[in-house]
Amino acid sequence: MYVAVKGGEKAIENAHTWLAEERRGATDVAELSLAQIREQLSLAVNRVMAEGSLFDPNLAALAIKQARGDLIEAIFLVRAYRTTLPRFGYSNPVETSEMACDRRISATFKDAPGGQVLGPTFDYTHRLLDFKLAADGEAPKAPEGTARQEPTPHITEFLKGEDIIQDEPASDDTPGDLTREPMEFPSNRPLRLQSLTRGDEGFVLGMAYSTQRGYARNHAFVGELRIGKVAVEMEIPELGFAIDIGEVELTECETVNQFTGSKTEPPQFTRGYGLVFGQSERKSIAMALVDRALRWEELGEDNLGAPAQDEEFVLSHADNIQATGFLEHIKLPHYVDFQSELELVRKLRREAEERITPKEAAE
Amino acid sequence: MSEYNFAYLDEQTKRMIRRAILKGLAVPGYQVPFASREMPMPYGWGTGGVQVSAATLTPEDTFKVIDQGADDTTNAVSIRKFFENTAGVSTTEETEKATVIQTRHRIPEAKLREDQIIVYQVPIPEPLRFLEPRETETRKMHSLEEYGLMHVKLYEDISQHGAISTAYAYPVKVSGRYVMDPSPIPKFDNPKLEMDAIQLFGAGREQRIYAVPPHTKVVSLDFEDYPFEATKANHLCDLCGAEDSYLDEVIMDDAGNRMFVCSDTDYCRSRRETGHVGRLAEENAA
Repeated sequence: MYVAVKGGEKAIENAHTWLAEERRGATDVAELSLAQIREQLSLAVNRVMAEGSLFDPNLAALAIKQARGDLIEAIFLVRAYRTTLPRFGYSNPVETSEMACDRRISATFKDAPGGQVLGPTFDYTHRLLDFKLAADGEAPKAPEGTARQEPTPHITEFLKGEDIIQDEPASDDTPGDLTREPMEFPSNRPLRLQSLTRGDEGFVLGMAYSTQRGYARNHAFVGELRIGKVAVEMEIPELGFAIDIGEVELTECETVNQFTGSKTEPPQFTRGYGLVFGQSERKSIAMALVDRALRWEELGEDNLGAPAQDEEFVLSHADNIQATGFLEHIKLPHYVDFQSELELVRKLRREAEERITPKEAAE
Repeated sequence: MSEYNFAYLDEQTKRMIRRAILKGLAVPGYQVPFASREMPMPYGWGTGGVQVSAATLTPEDTFKVIDQGADDTTNAVSIRKFFENTAGVSTTEETEKATVIQTRHRIPEAKLREDQIIVYQVPIPEPLRFLEPRETETRKMHSLEEYGLMHVKLYEDISQHGAISTAYAYPVKVSGRYVMDPSPIPKFDNPKLEMDAIQLFGAGREQRIYAVPPHTKVVSLDFEDYPFEATKANHLCDLCGAEDSYLDEVIMDDAGNRMFVCSDTDYCRSRRETGHVGRLAEENAA
């Protein structure tokens, strides 16, 4: 007995109510506050801000709560919100050389002005589950030193003095905006960097890792990795000068890569660049490696056919909101297309059997 | 939802989309890049169609949404609700009464009129995509009108299977120029692509809009000796007895018994209301 699939509206409504109930979990457990998520799950918040392309820890925390901790879902919530926001204007480029660094390390020099500052890193923790945390999450106060007052210069600046590293010529061109213009190929470096900084961390990591394993290896040293806050300045037309409108936390990674050169040009180190919202170390290093791999043409290298060198491949598949949407849409009804294939395969089988059967009869 | 603009998108964005639509209408079948926005539903759920509908709807419009031909599939319900909330337009399930119809995977059975617009949700707008994955290449192929690869594919189908083995998203040539993906409609619907209504296609994730103006020639690709054939299940609708409508196949019991019903729920309903009776109609009413 056939019952038409009716009542989709009621089903959707009930599903949403159940979902909300599941999100809340057992009601005898205290509800998470946004402040708790923001303060105690800050790296998740950072990832949501980075891939959501919106620097707002409170909104990111809300998104994480609403998404039940599914970070891609949270990123999606932030993106969908972001796209409705009016654009009042564009800030000036941030000066990462003025960054108030919480962490700043270089793998290329033992010491340099500004020093090696480990900061709050997992790097040298032993990955042993801390069962004490299960009972008591209080942390001892970390000792404090005096903050460095003067700006911390970029390591690559020291190499530039020697002309031993490729120069990145300054430009006042307004870069494109991939959220306002459709992506077209071939693209350019500003758009590539935009795409990578909001790209899926796992995807960018995998692409970067593939270069390390030999698919267009570019032998990267972390020239510098710095995490800290930078001021955001904006020109206000009515005032005629730029004012501080806030600050954002950023992770910046500059890699120093294998050198190029020829008979006519002396060898020079090359660079990759990563810049990501929040404390997003893995992502910014990965971004720098992929950026460097994508620069093969500009640096006169061979296209080795490696995935990480392929701009169209990397940029078309880096966005996890696009990827997850298209991947998951195959669970939506497809019975019309399936029916058409069903009929076709039945017909082809019928015809094939007709072709085969008389032959067998003759044998 | 008064905090959002009419039909959700801001006016600037709608203007940008309308420009793309007009360009699409001016160059039938050509895929116009547009700066698709992140919508509050996932890519793959019809964000392209939703953006085109949002840019097309006016407060006076009557909106209909179908998915798989049906008004009551979950995603059709969800999209209809979205526009009820954000645009406050009146909605209908009757093809006849709608001025804008958003669809996924079907063209209604009833003939559409000049004063109607049909908006298709498109997953992969590029008909050559599965022959050549690179956009840079396929755009070149379109600009040079180089469609040999597609004919080779159809030919290979015939040599392997004895027939063209594309059942949906069957490629068409529009106005003698561009090869176009009609979205994943069953090839049964292809002949309807020459119609009186305006046809707009929106691909959100892939950032493309294209269009077929009314009365435009749309030819399904084929060979003289292997002509295109619009096929459907060889049955009548078990509810309304229609012999000319595209059918869904429904498994009815553990023994695997099947019934066939119109995929276009409005068409089926209107036929039953005018007294048409199918094989299992009474049993269903009981």
